[in-house]
Parts: sequence; C-alpha cells; structure tokens
Amino acid sequence: MHIHAYEKLWLAASILLILLLIGSVTYGAVGPGVAMVSDTEPAIDAGGLDEDERFSEPRVEQVGENEYEAYVVAYQFGFEPDPIVVPENSRVTFYVTSRDVIHGFEVAGTNANTMVVPGEVSEITVETDEPQEYGLICNEYCGAGHHVMEGKVNVVSQAEFEEQQSGGEDE
Amino acid sequence: MSEAIEGERTFVDKFPEEAAVVRAAMLGSFLALTLGAIFGIIQTLHRTDVFRGLISSTDYYTSLTAHGVFLALSFTTFFLVGLFTWAIVRSLDRPLLNIKITWTWYGLMAAGMTMTGISILAGFVDALDMSADVLFTFYAPLQAHPLFYAGLAVFIVGSWIAGADWFRTWLAWKREHPDERIPLQTFMVLTTMAMWYIASSAVAASVLIFLLPWSLGFIDQVNPTLTRTLFWFFGHPVVYFWLMPAYLLWYTVLPKIAGGRLFSDPLARVVFVLFLLLSTPVGIHHQYLDPGIAEGFKFISMTNTMFLLLPSLLTAFTVVASVEYGARQRGGTGLLGWLTELPWRKPEFTGMMLAGLMFAAGGFSGMVNAGMNINYMIHNTIWVPGHFHLTVGTAVALTFMAATYWIWPQISNKPIYSRSIGLFQVVLWFIGMALMSNAMHAQGILGVPRRTAEPEYAGFEYAAGFGGFEELNIQIAIGGTLLFLSTVLFIGNLVLTMGNPKVSGLAETLPPALSGPDDAPRVLDNLRLWVGIALVLVVLAYALPLGAIISRGGLLGPGVGTYPVWLVPAADALANAPALLTGVVVDAIAALAEVGR
Repeated sequence: MHIHAYEKLWLAASILLILLLIGSVTYGAVGPGVAMVSDTEPAIDAGGLDEDERFSEPRVEQVGENEYEAYVVAYQFGFEPDPIVVPENSRVTFYVTSRDVIHGFEVAGTNANTMVVPGEVSEITVETDEPQEYGLICNEYCGAGHHVMEGKVNVVSQAEFEEQQSGGEDE
Repeated sequence: MSEAIEGERTFVDKFPEEAAVVRAAMLGSFLALTLGAIFGIIQTLHRTDVFRGLISSTDYYTSLTAHGVFLALSFTTFFLVGLFTWAIVRSLDRPLLNIKITWTWYGLMAAGMTMTGISILAGFVDALDMSADVLFTFYAPLQAHPLFYAGLAVFIVGSWIAGADWFRTWLAWKREHPDERIPLQTFMVLTTMAMWYIASSAVAASVLIFLLPWSLGFIDQVNPTLTRTLFWFFGHPVVYFWLMPAYLLWYTVLPKIAGGRLFSDPLARVVFVLFLLLSTPVGIHHQYLDPGIAEGFKFISMTNTMFLLLPSLLTAFTVVASVEYGARQRGGTGLLGWLTELPWRKPEFTGMMLAGLMFAAGGFSGMVNAGMNINYMIHNTIWVPGHFHLTVGTAVALTFMAATYWIWPQISNKPIYSRSIGLFQVVLWFIGMALMSNAMHAQGILGVPRRTAEPEYAGFEYAAGFGGFEELNIQIAIGGTLLFLSTVLFIGNLVLTMGNPKVSGLAETLPPALSGPDDAPRVLDNLRLWVGIALVLVVLAYALPLGAIISRGGLLGPGVGTYPVWLVPAADALANAPALLTGVVVDAIAALAEVGR
C-alpha cells in the first residue's frame, strides 16, 4: 500500500505525541505521585452507615504527625460534617461515601475531586497549605435539589484546629 | 419523475423508495434537533441566570434530560440511519433487499424514541405521575419511569435491525460482485455498525437485565457501579457512532465539494478499522474518579484512549490533503495561497471545514480529559460539556447541517431555498460555539460544575481565572443564543426548501480516490478478522474490571436503595404500560404514514 512521504512523517509525529501524552501521565503518577481514586477501600453497606465505625459519626481525626483522616458522608442534598475543618500544612485523607445516590465531591478550584458512589468508599489524599475557606460542591447530578448541595472545607491554623477539636465537638 | 436533462440522475430518481426512508430519517433527526435546541436555549439562559422565569430549577433537570436524549441519541442516530441508508444504496448502486424491513426498523426506532420522549416530557406536567429526570446517563439508583427504559430498548433494537438490513444488502451485492472490493462508503457503514453492535450490547444488557426489571419492581436494587460501567462501555463508543457519519462525509463528500477527490482510500479504511478496534476498550476513562475500580484498569483505559487519537490525527491529514488537492485542481498555488481557491461561498463546504477546525480544538481539550491525573482538575466541571459541544455539538452537528445543504437536493430533487442563509447559518453556529464553548472551558478550570440549574453557591465565590464567573456566564448566554438562532435559520431554510417545486439537473457524483482501493491490502476488507480482534480487546479491557465490580458489590448492589423521581407503585406502572405502548405505537404508525407519503 502506497503511503505518501508527508503522511509517513505525520504518522510518526502523531505516534510521538501519543507516547508523550502517555509518558506525561505516567510521570505524574510516579514522579509527583498523583494517585487515582482506586479500589483500596472495601465495599460498604450503604444502608448501614449508622452502624459503621467511621461513617456513623462523620468527622476529622488526627492519625499521625501532620496526618489527618476525614470521614465524610454525602447525601441528598448535603455533606456531613459541614464544615469540614482541617489544619494548615498537613496531609489529609478524605474517605467519602454516599447514603443514597451517586454524588460528586469537589473542593472548588482545587484538584480534590472524586465521584461518590453508594456502596463504595472513595479515598483521596491531599496536602493543605495556607489557611483558607473552600467551597465544597456536589458535581454529579443527584436529584431535584442538586444545585443546593454544598458544604465548606475550611483549612485553619494549627491553633484554631486544636481549639475546635478540644471544644468537645465529637465527644 | 423527470429524467434529468444532462442524463445524470439524482439519488431519488434512481432509488425513490430508499430516498423516502432517507428523508423520513433526516426529518426525524431535525425534529429532535428542534426540540433539543429549544431546551438548549432555555437552559443556557437559566443556568447563567440571565432569565429564570420559564422553568423552575427542579424542572431544569427535566429539560437537561430532554436536551441530552433528543440531541445526543435522537438527532445523531436518526441522521446516521438516513445517511447510512443513502451511503449503502449509493455506493453499492443497488436497492435495499426489502423496503418493508427498512420501514420496520424506522418505525421501531421512532416508536422507541417517542416512548422515551414521552416519559421525559411528562416530568414537566405535575398532573402526570411520570418522569425520567435521570439525564442522558441515567445513573442508578436514580430511577426513571419504566417507559423511559423500555423506549430505549426498542430504539436500540430498531438500530440493530437497521444494521442487519445494510449487512444483508451488502451480502447480496457481494454475491453479484464476488471479486470486487467493498466500496468505501459501504466499508465505513459496516465497520461503524460492527462497532455499534459490540458497544450497544452492554447498555442493552444493563437496561433489560437490571434497570427495566428494577423500575417495574421485579428487583429491589441494582449495583450502581455495575450499571454505570455498562453505560460507559457503551457511552464512549457511542461518541464515535456520532462521529463516524461525519467522517464518512469528510472523506467521501467534502473532497468532491472542494473540487478534488479523496487523497487515499486505503488510509480511510485503516482509520475506520482502528475505530472499530479501539472505540470500546476505553470507556473506563469516564470513570477515572470512580471508587471501586482499580488504578491499573484505569491506566490501561488511558493508554488505549491515547492510541485512539491516532485515527483522528490521520483523518486530519487526509482530509486537509484532499481539500488542498481540490484547491490546486482549481488553480490554487503557494504554501497557503491555495486556501483562497476553495469554494468558501458554499455552505456545505464552509460548514464542514469550520466543523473540522472546531474538532481539532475539541481534540486538544479531549487530550486533557484523557490525561488521567489532570482529569482531577476538570472532572464533572463544565469544561466537559464545553469539550463535547465542540465534538458532537459542532464536529458532528455542524457537519450534518452543512451536509444537508448538499444531500437534501439529491434525495428530494428540490433545490435549497436559500444557500446564502445557509452560509450565514453555518458561520453563525461557529461564532456562537466559539463563544459558548470557550467560556465553558474557562469556567471549568475555576471549578464550576456541569449539570446544575444554579452554578452559583451561597457559601463561597469562585476565584477569577481567564475572566470571572459572571463575565463568562454572559459569554455562554450570548453563544447559546446565537446557536439557537442558527438552528432556527437551518430549520426554517429546510422547511422552505420542502415547499420548493421539484426540478431536474441537481445530480452530483462522487469521484473515486486518488489512491484507490486496489492499493489497499485485501486483509483490510476482512471484517470477520477485525470484529474478532475488537472482541478480544474488549474482553481484555473489561473482563477483569466487570468481574471485580460484581465480586465487590454483587450483581444487585450492596444495600443500595431506590431513589425514584416518580412514585407510581410498580403494579400501576405494569397496568398502564400496555395502554401507553399501544397509544404510542398507533401514534408512531400514523406519523410514519404521514412521512412516507
């Protein structure tokens, strides 16, 4: 089959572009370490969240030095806890699940973004920097009140965080 | 019918019965376009808060479901079946085997879409206990009325019979021409339909095994990740199902309009084979951010997706080369000077070229979507509809509209009412989409979500990026309004065209490619081989993920409830369904008789 010389050149350039794109994604995974939401968390009974150790009381917990875990429940039409308060300059892992339908969990303007599916737990780890208040929105259509489903993620100073934790919020 | 003076006969002169089907299919498509455009303008103005008086924010989702289903499924597929019927009959130069079968699949598709359409539109009427506010993706556990799912199933079965009709016609031709290569247009139709059979089997299974029985109350719950994965098994190849008719036009009709001929027939075949092989094993890239699916499966899907760029990049070369050849045949010279020799005053030419240009832009934003880790930034933001309004909303839709100016005279013997309005219309679409899509991409980067009636929130404000949120809203509203006007001009022009008297002398022929089919290796025409490989790739990409999803959540879901947006008890639904079905079928037959006349 006859392939024109320019066409061969174009073909080679196209394949190079494709390999570069795959390479850049691979680099993102192994270099900066961008992990995808995965199947690391076992499936969960969406109807039995009230008996679940983590999700019966959605909250933020310290699990190590500068390491925190946030257990979040999405429902028609809101998030628990609200606001989600986390300290500055720390590493926070969100565990998010749904009580009812499929939702989204997006910290607006950042790359903290995941689907939330009933029966599954989404795990994403982010690093916080300066104190700032972020909007938390559901970015998957979830029913008639979808547009009012919002929350807050407040990144606060260490001092303020400790004050809030000892305020007896979860005791 | 008048024999053309030049002796050249149009499609309708040679195949009047088939031309009637093509016209009926395209009119069905344009009816869907009209409805979709009306919901489109309502949504644009509502979402951007320019005008929220017409519908409530709750009804916004009914409107959005209608916009998605009517445009993405109905407009595209009806145009496709019309175009493919034309392409098969024209390129094989023989009639279909049995026109009654042809009208049967048309009737099934029309009845199915009417059923689904009724279930959606009933959502606007509070008195009716029926709705289907589940959007185009119908993710469980949100539930639609059973009529919604039943209609989809009937529609898909109709499309399967259409494919069988074309395959059988080709086989009959093959018996008459045992040693000839498959004509290029027929080859394109057959590979596209082979892909469609593979892809649509998953969504048909999801609807018939899970969603329809669940909506009727036979099963209590479904596994949302499973039905979602089966949807995307279908949901990515369906975008190529929309795109392949546009490619068929770019490869076989556009070069002729430009005054030349297709550069390479073999490369065109290679491209369609690549689409058959690679369109399906990529659907998980829509689920990069889904829990319960291992990262490795996502990585495989990402790699396949990137390779799927190849056939589109090859198309860009071939189409531009063919058009350049046409320009040089018309006396064009120079490195870029040949561009001035192209027939820019023809709406069919300018429309398809602008569609192709926007497809290139859509391709680049698609690379961002496909880039697994950048996907976190834009997933489910309005960036994504910004992307697919460039691809399906322009590369496909604008090509279809532009092609109509060329093909409608061929299938009706009626000249277009006003080609100047046509030219204005395609340019207006381009300008409107440039404004709307660009602003949607920019808002997506700010984190503005898609699929919402009110993207502004009480508790926070978006940071400003390439223009602030409010300013971008205005651009979206202006762009959407121009697109609506463009659609009105298109439909109006076509309606006036239908009132034109029939004339003779409109026949157009399509020249063969510069590098013809004899240069193409025979193996390219071995459809069994390619379908076999495509199936193997699908099994490799999907067997393990589907197995894992079922073993995690079970076939019927881990304790997930039902969230009906309609609340009819299942028994009532069952009792009502036959009556509704009968009514719909009677309507459809009446409509069919109308169109067939």
